[in-house]
Amino acid sequence: MSAKDFATGQEVRWCPGCGDYSILKQVQTVFAELELNRDEVAFISGIGCSSRFPYYMDTYGMHSIHGRAPAVASGLKIAKPELQLWVITGDGDGLSIGGNHLIHLLRRNFNLNVLLFNNQIYGLTKGQYSPTSEEEKITKSTPLGSLDHPVNPLAFALGVDGTFVARAMDRDAKHLKEMIHRCHAHKGTSFLEIYQNCNIFNDGAFHTFTDKESKPETTIFLEQGQPLRFGANLEKGIRLDCFRPVVVDLEKDGLSPDDLWIHDEKDLCKAHLLARFFDDPNHREQHYLPRPFGVLYAVERPCYEDLLHEQLTTAVRQKGEGKLDELLAGSSTWEIR
Amino acid sequence: MTMITEIQQEVTIKFAGDSGDGMQLTGTLFTEDTAMSGSDLATFPDFPAEIRAPQGTLAGVSGFQLHFGSREILTPGDDFDVLVAMNAAALKANLHLMAPGCTIIANTDGFDKKNLRLAKYEDGQNPLENDSLAGFELIQMPVTKLTREALAHSDLSTKDKDLCKNMFVLGFLYWRYNRSLDATLDFFKQKFGRKPAMMEANIMALRAGYHYGDTVEAFTTRYEVKAAPLEKGTYRNIMGNEALVIGLITAANKAGLPLFYGSYPITPASDILHSLAQHKHFGVRTFQAEDEIAAICAAIGASYGGNLAVTGTSGPGLALKTEAMGLALMLELPLVICDIQRGGPSTGLPTKTEQSDLLQALYGRNGESPLPVIAAYSPADCFEAAFEACRIALQHMTPVILLSDGYIANGAEPWKFPKAADIAPIEVHFHKARDNGEPFLPYERDERYVREWALPGTKGLAHRIGGLEKEAGTGNVSYDPANHEYMVKIRQAKVDKIADFIPEQELSIGPKQGQALFLGWGSTYGVIKSVVKDLLQEGYTVAHAHLRHIRPFPRNLGELLQQYDKIIIPEINNGQLCKVIREQFLREVIPYNKIQGIPITKAELKGFARQVLGHRA
Repeated sequence: MSAKDFATGQEVRWCPGCGDYSILKQVQTVFAELELNRDEVAFISGIGCSSRFPYYMDTYGMHSIHGRAPAVASGLKIAKPELQLWVITGDGDGLSIGGNHLIHLLRRNFNLNVLLFNNQIYGLTKGQYSPTSEEEKITKSTPLGSLDHPVNPLAFALGVDGTFVARAMDRDAKHLKEMIHRCHAHKGTSFLEIYQNCNIFNDGAFHTFTDKESKPETTIFLEQGQPLRFGANLEKGIRLDCFRPVVVDLEKDGLSPDDLWIHDEKDLCKAHLLARFFDDPNHREQHYLPRPFGVLYAVERPCYEDLLHEQLTTAVRQKGEGKLDELLAGSSTWEIR
Repeated sequence: MTMITEIQQEVTIKFAGDSGDGMQLTGTLFTEDTAMSGSDLATFPDFPAEIRAPQGTLAGVSGFQLHFGSREILTPGDDFDVLVAMNAAALKANLHLMAPGCTIIANTDGFDKKNLRLAKYEDGQNPLENDSLAGFELIQMPVTKLTREALAHSDLSTKDKDLCKNMFVLGFLYWRYNRSLDATLDFFKQKFGRKPAMMEANIMALRAGYHYGDTVEAFTTRYEVKAAPLEKGTYRNIMGNEALVIGLITAANKAGLPLFYGSYPITPASDILHSLAQHKHFGVRTFQAEDEIAAICAAIGASYGGNLAVTGTSGPGLALKTEAMGLALMLELPLVICDIQRGGPSTGLPTKTEQSDLLQALYGRNGESPLPVIAAYSPADCFEAAFEACRIALQHMTPVILLSDGYIANGAEPWKFPKAADIAPIEVHFHKARDNGEPFLPYERDERYVREWALPGTKGLAHRIGGLEKEAGTGNVSYDPANHEYMVKIRQAKVDKIADFIPEQELSIGPKQGQALFLGWGSTYGVIKSVVKDLLQEGYTVAHAHLRHIRPFPRNLGELLQQYDKIIIPEINNGQLCKVIREQFLREVIPYNKIQGIPITKAELKGFARQVLGHRA
């Protein structure tokens, strides 16, 4: 199988150069690698540029309404637990109008995947700031700069007890593919934030993380069981001074990799700290921490749809299969002769 | 002293007390017992929106009205023959609805200084002691004191003992109406199985009330209401929301589909969620969503996945579901949206009834977005209406709005329930799997303009649907101008076409032509029918038709309207059906509107009708 097997006949209508193309390509590639059956997959999206995604995947799909894809997916998953569900959303769709639903999707932990394309701007409505836009952002709707403090999507996901919380970027195809594989493998709601460049309304928003020059200094790629290292020659690392993450230089500080923070994606405390590595790389003062990519947190917890179907089975075991005539008659009846 | 038993044709009792006094339970238990005795009946629970409104105040009065008789009972009664007043506020709030000669059963312990002050009686004035109630039969009993005495040997706290005082009153009424205690004793066993002390106390209080009637030599008369001449068959007592639940489960069963119910708690629809959650052994999946929008969206997802999907709410929730209803309409998936109406607009009157969401149901969406609308007319009828809503949704691949209201939802009546085997199945077809490589056309339609239901997971049918305008046939996104106009019209035609698959409009009573037709919908059925019945006896040539299907209307409705000189439309709103009838049939109609959060009374409507009709034909 190849990526093309999952492409539809529909002309892809994102702007040339949009980061969405890369994400689409990687999803299709991973699906081909996994040899998924198109009939057993459904994509559910809301509204926005990213939410056009289902039209381009030759699987089942629904382009629903703004912000509500998590709710639609919840009902579909209850009705058909065996389907592999992917929710496609963006920073506006998922964290602004649909923020409420995302909370409840994550805490209920349906077995499905959420890909949140974060471009820190409203694209389809032509360039207003979004809930992930940095402060003081000048846009059409904020000529004097935006006043809102931005949402931190991964801290949000951890805050509502998501069981799989990860970050990737459109420009690192290999890592993105790996993350899509991890999402697919996770049982429970996997939440993957993907930094996605909107070259029309917010070009270069993540340049500092994706640019070859700056990337080694501004990012850190997490691997399970491995020390937190970064820098062009992996010469830097993160150590924990009690609960305070500190950037160290292995050579200058005379440390070995074993002295560093060893990544453990099952450690919720550490995941919370990692999610807070959220400094603005454009204002790198003394305590700048690199932005983490990879799986911050991954644990198993029972899935909502499994629990729901267990309750149905238990109810039948306890009360016997419901009989319509008993339901119609209720507990007390009388005869008119 | 000789005890005589007086036979009565019909009686209306109002149970009234503080919202913590358990009047709803007392009324419900007495109703169950009345139903079992074979009387016809109708009930009207009326309670404050607050769970525990300020104790002893007029705002905190909770009431339960029961009208029962040995003849056909269509309404809960305009006024009452017997008032049970647990405190001064309960008396004050209800006295204006009683005619002289009627009976007041007053708990004297609820008429102390504090209660009198809270009920805003003038200083030093106690209606039980001055002669303001002369002309009424006044039965005074210190219920709190008597209950405590009856439970003297119980280990319960005084607070818990006082919770049993409503059962003392119930026991007394059972004595007064010659009833057996058995059904209520069974109920206690079920309810208090795990709390033997509470069960014992309730039983003792109930018996004490019953024996009070026997032992206190003040009472010389007991009353009896014989069974009503109802149609032969097996009956049960049923409340509206309960009947609606049974209708949904029955429809799912008859369609061979799992039932999915997505909802967010809202008065007066919450009981549907509670009740469905009790029926998981019927495969019912209940989902208490995070909000009204999620509730309907989850139902849309479940419908896409092949469940019989339903969402339930009241007016404010229907407003929130608006955009998602449009989506379901565009997706052409089956969905039932139950709106248990209450007083609006905005939060309005949560616990009071109104029929004011009709226009919202018909028109409250963006774009050209016709949805079928059907209405239930009585508590038992909620069963039929729910079943019919599901049938239309499944067979015509469309969202359907089902209107009920607070009055029907919480009201009760006897129901001659059907046998499962006698209910016709709802035939549902899913698109079959295919592997011939031919393109699947999700928006291909049959002769009723209905598309096929294609389930995710079916081989060879992978397709995308969504809220953007669809190209006819392929379902691909289309901005083509002619296609949009075509799709708007075909969606309308699909809903109009349903008229060919519903029964013609019938009369509930009256001649096929005459002076006036009373046209109604929803919970006004009982009052309209009973008024028309009386008017017919008085010599007027009037008839009553009650609409189940409001969109599309039955095909013969226009013709039916032409058979009468006047069309009178009574509604608990500001004239919503009137607008629709005028618009669709260019016919002048006479509205009768009451917008007070309470049902129209028989006397009001009859008075209006006589005025409008003038002379008899």
